[in-house]
Amino acid sequence: MRDRIVEAVLPPLVALLVSLVAGDLLILAVRQSPGAVYRLMLEGTWGNAYGFGQVLYKTTTLICTGLAVAVGLRAGLFNIGAEGQLAAGGLAAALVGLALPAGTTALFAVPLCTLGALTAGGAVGFVPGVLRAKWGAHEVITTIMLNFIVLAGLSWLISTRLRVPETLHTQAIHAGALPRLSALWSAFHGSAANGSLAIELFAALLIWWLLFRTPSGLELRAVGLQPDAAENAGINVGRTWIRALTISGALAGLGGINFVLGYEHYYEDGFATGAGFLGIAVALVGRSNPLGVVLAALFFATLSQGGLAINALVPKQMVDALQGVVILAMAASVPEVRRVLAHARGKR
Amino acid sequence: MTGIETAPRASAAVAVRMTGIAKRFGDCHAVRDASLEVSTGEIHALVGENGAGKSTLMRMLAGIYAPDAGTIEVSGRDVTGWSAAEAIDASVGMVHQHFMLVPTLTIAENVILGREPTRGLAIDFPRAEREVAAAAEKSGFRMHVRQLVRELSVGEQQRVEILKTLVRGARILILDEPTAVLSPPEVQELWRVLRALRDDGGTIILITHKLDEVTEISDTITVVRAGRTVARFPTAGTSPASIARAMVGRDVVLAGDVVHEGVGLAPLSNGADGPPALEVRKLIVLGERGTRAVDDVSFAVRAGEILGIAGVEGNGQSALIEAIAGLRRVESGEILLGGRDATSMSVRERDEHGLAHIPEDRHRRGLVLDFSIADNLILGRERSYAHNGVLDRARILANAREAIARADIRPADPMLPARALSGGNQQKIVIARALSRPTMEPTIVLLAAQPTRGVDVGAIELIHARLRAARDAGMGILLVSAELSEILALSDRVAVMYGGEIAAIVPRSDASEEMLGPLMTGARV
Amino acid sequence: MSEVLAFIAQTLRIAIPYLFAAAGGVIAERAGIISLTLEGFMLGGAFTAMLGSYWSGSPWIGALCGIVGGLALGMLHAVSTIRFKADQVVSGIAINLLAVGLTRYFLKLVFDSSSNSPRVAGFSAGTSAGALMSGLLRNPLIPIGLLIIPAVAWLLYRTPFGLRVRAVGEHPEAAMTVGVSVKRVRYIAVALSGALAALGGAYLSLDQHQFTDGMSAGRGFIALAAIIFGRWDPWRAGLACLFFAAAETLQIQLQGMQAIPSQFVQMIPYVLTIIALVGVVGRATPPAALGRE
Repeated sequence: MRDRIVEAVLPPLVALLVSLVAGDLLILAVRQSPGAVYRLMLEGTWGNAYGFGQVLYKTTTLICTGLAVAVGLRAGLFNIGAEGQLAAGGLAAALVGLALPAGTTALFAVPLCTLGALTAGGAVGFVPGVLRAKWGAHEVITTIMLNFIVLAGLSWLISTRLRVPETLHTQAIHAGALPRLSALWSAFHGSAANGSLAIELFAALLIWWLLFRTPSGLELRAVGLQPDAAENAGINVGRTWIRALTISGALAGLGGINFVLGYEHYYEDGFATGAGFLGIAVALVGRSNPLGVVLAALFFATLSQGGLAINALVPKQMVDALQGVVILAMAASVPEVRRVLAHARGKR
Repeated sequence: MTGIETAPRASAAVAVRMTGIAKRFGDCHAVRDASLEVSTGEIHALVGENGAGKSTLMRMLAGIYAPDAGTIEVSGRDVTGWSAAEAIDASVGMVHQHFMLVPTLTIAENVILGREPTRGLAIDFPRAEREVAAAAEKSGFRMHVRQLVRELSVGEQQRVEILKTLVRGARILILDEPTAVLSPPEVQELWRVLRALRDDGGTIILITHKLDEVTEISDTITVVRAGRTVARFPTAGTSPASIARAMVGRDVVLAGDVVHEGVGLAPLSNGADGPPALEVRKLIVLGERGTRAVDDVSFAVRAGEILGIAGVEGNGQSALIEAIAGLRRVESGEILLGGRDATSMSVRERDEHGLAHIPEDRHRRGLVLDFSIADNLILGRERSYAHNGVLDRARILANAREAIARADIRPADPMLPARALSGGNQQKIVIARALSRPTMEPTIVLLAAQPTRGVDVGAIELIHARLRAARDAGMGILLVSAELSEILALSDRVAVMYGGEIAAIVPRSDASEEMLGPLMTGARV
Repeated sequence: MSEVLAFIAQTLRIAIPYLFAAAGGVIAERAGIISLTLEGFMLGGAFTAMLGSYWSGSPWIGALCGIVGGLALGMLHAVSTIRFKADQVVSGIAINLLAVGLTRYFLKLVFDSSSNSPRVAGFSAGTSAGALMSGLLRNPLIPIGLLIIPAVAWLLYRTPFGLRVRAVGEHPEAAMTVGVSVKRVRYIAVALSGALAALGGAYLSLDQHQFTDGMSAGRGFIALAAIIFGRWDPWRAGLACLFFAAAETLQIQLQGMQAIPSQFVQMIPYVLTIIALVGVVGRATPPAALGRE
């Protein structure tokens, strides 16, 4: 039991350490003091309400794409298409918001827009699920390919049908806007953090419950660990794959409400850029555990917002490189830690 | 038998000497303390139960693994920890149990891999093909060197494997369970090749767990048990019983003896009275390459009988079991479960209609190794252990405690991951789950595929008792086993499968090894 | 006639980076290492090639620096997946993000820009329609790019190294038991894929005489699509590259007529790849050990 906890927690710590060292090198390369830079980063993120609000805003989207990837991984599937699913979810939320008459009560409009986001993301996730279950097409490839297809399709829709002239975004939605956190607590003034954070946190809780407390979750995890054994026990593996990728896509799509309902109140081409790959980082560091995903999302959001804070001393692009370092270190340390632990067990 | 008899034949030169070898993989001590001495020009049998460490020991000799402790000498030279390439250069070749052939390459490409003849920077293919063809002819193998390996039969693939070692100049040839996939005529052909090699001055080490092969072909025997070498005999003058005793570590009643003496033999059920629990009609199932793995098979298993299916592995038994279990698509034909058509039922529907399955590959199909014992015991039934859509942990645990006590699963901790258990105890989980059905109809058919493979002797007896009890309780059992002795010890009727067909079905009283042997090779009665 | 020539010339110009990346990717994939990294290799190669050309004033040295950049990223991927046994998909994504991050960071650091480098010496191909064909020959990376597919096919199918690559990607244990070092073959294969894909990237920055942020723009994934669509055979993958490039050219030339929206042309490689994987026209079967230890 202790070993299992060590095996879960140690790799993220190793990854953190490695990325700290890499960060130091990048900071020293511009002749700055790492200590000063990290202090600035903390001050600009957790040190003031606006910065923290921005961190929470970024966290919100990453929780969704992180959960999306995590649910896939639990079922033994790699969803690399979260970006396209997120974009589709955002557009669907915006379209529902545009279709509703102005002045529709939020109590009615927000759930409808959210449902739209879930459905669109889920639909995009459903396709690679079916391709895998029925034809054995590997989801790593199909989700990447579908990502490009969906993004190109959305870009065409926006550029030819839906945009406000001279922009790449739609009209503002008529209904379904979520309140900013600054409405509750004025210190957040100006930051984009909004009510969708509560919805995404609830989603994380729901996914934890689904995975570890329900028969479907048990089946999903069994299929992820050993599909042949699950099949032999009477679990429909193909259907579980489809279900997992559909849920995964829906979760990514749900992330779309953060931007559309909570922040700009319209859909804009390209708002999802990069969130899919970062979701992979979040799921990995969070060890595909919903609680871990929330913490990891907070970490990557801090890193991302922190880049802006340190721009005066070090190019903010440093954090882009660090994200890669974290994932690489994480990928390398997971099997390494497992091996070292097994070796140590043998010695005992 | 205690202690190790190490005195070599005085006259012969020592080809291989391994002393005090140990090797560990993670938590598992594959080899603890093994010593081996093989003389030049002999066929040396390395015998032991499945998982005793024979293959690991030989892979160290072939340079695939380095030992954690001990020394290895070949022809008097210390070669401890050498690489596979060095072993090959020193004329040590190994034919692995699972063939080490690349299916998408040609015979010639497989044979030259790692020591390709070149002209300039490129491979000299004409020369390579000429040389491989010449070597094949010299060994009496008929093959077309440009054929892709994936198009070859298993026997032909084994010949390519042997050719690979011979072309590399092997003088010490290790064969790991070479007969597991061969029919008896192919085995005889293999013996012919091996004897010719020995008579030519080559040294052969044969890994096997089949006693009849040991006595037929070997000159000397070394016995491995639980990672240790425990005995060494000259083959001449050693009885199978004493070899078996050394393998297992205590007196055993050989299955053959049981049959002939009638000791412990289960009484035959009065099969004619039972209604058919399972009926298979004109079943056709396709294999990996689109050929018929199961070819027009019909039979019935009555309630309260065990129908044993004998046959050399790879003759369609796995496909047959998987088709009945619902894991493999049926091309045509019917499967009836208690009189109901189950041909197009899902695995779960079959389960609900009383079909239980002990799969042949426990680690892949039987268990989710990272799940707890408790979760494994309800796998596939999780929906009946849910209350209002939530898993009922208390009931899952209660079920686990009850099953652990009933099946004597050790250690008795329901939260332990299945991975932490021994093979025998893992199999007990699989069987306990297969035979338990809390809220559904009773089990009417049990498919038991290789139920004791890789299981220690103590657990084998327990599992056999469990199968007999299930039969006596009125289940129809379809048993598939690679061990003819197991088939004969348990079955009420015996069917023989060859080439995807049922060659014959006979009552147990008419069945004997002598009678079944020819059927397993395709001879018609 | 000149329109046909222009079409061919334009197709080749678009195809060259695909050909380089696909040629490299085929080697790595046939050795059993997933080539999600092509995108990052290209971007890294484009940047270091620009840097080399900027500092030396010679596009040749630039191309060489491109290769070195690709080799470095390739070795990083190789060490993480082979030495540390990291998941190949995860490591590949990390390499891609790392390439994006590092090129942005150093672009800012060296040139104080977040979008593009200054103009550097490059290989100029002609731009006017008439001079297109002769212009092609002025860029040495174009003939090299056309020869790279036959070269890789020769390497894979005719040389000892190629035989070992094919063995390692299908059945690594079999290769190991005959004394072939699986790790060494894979290290070399991944390094080669890094170098070749980076040359494709170098072509981009040297052809445009500058580096722009994210200039690989998904080309690495199109090359991967070509590999899968070409069923892991260098010849067929090369043809797929040419086909994808021809489709893009057609779209560019038809742009004035508003016949097909560019987004739909962009979808072609991805849709075809999915169709190939689903097996409507002959199932694409990857190397058996792809992605495995």
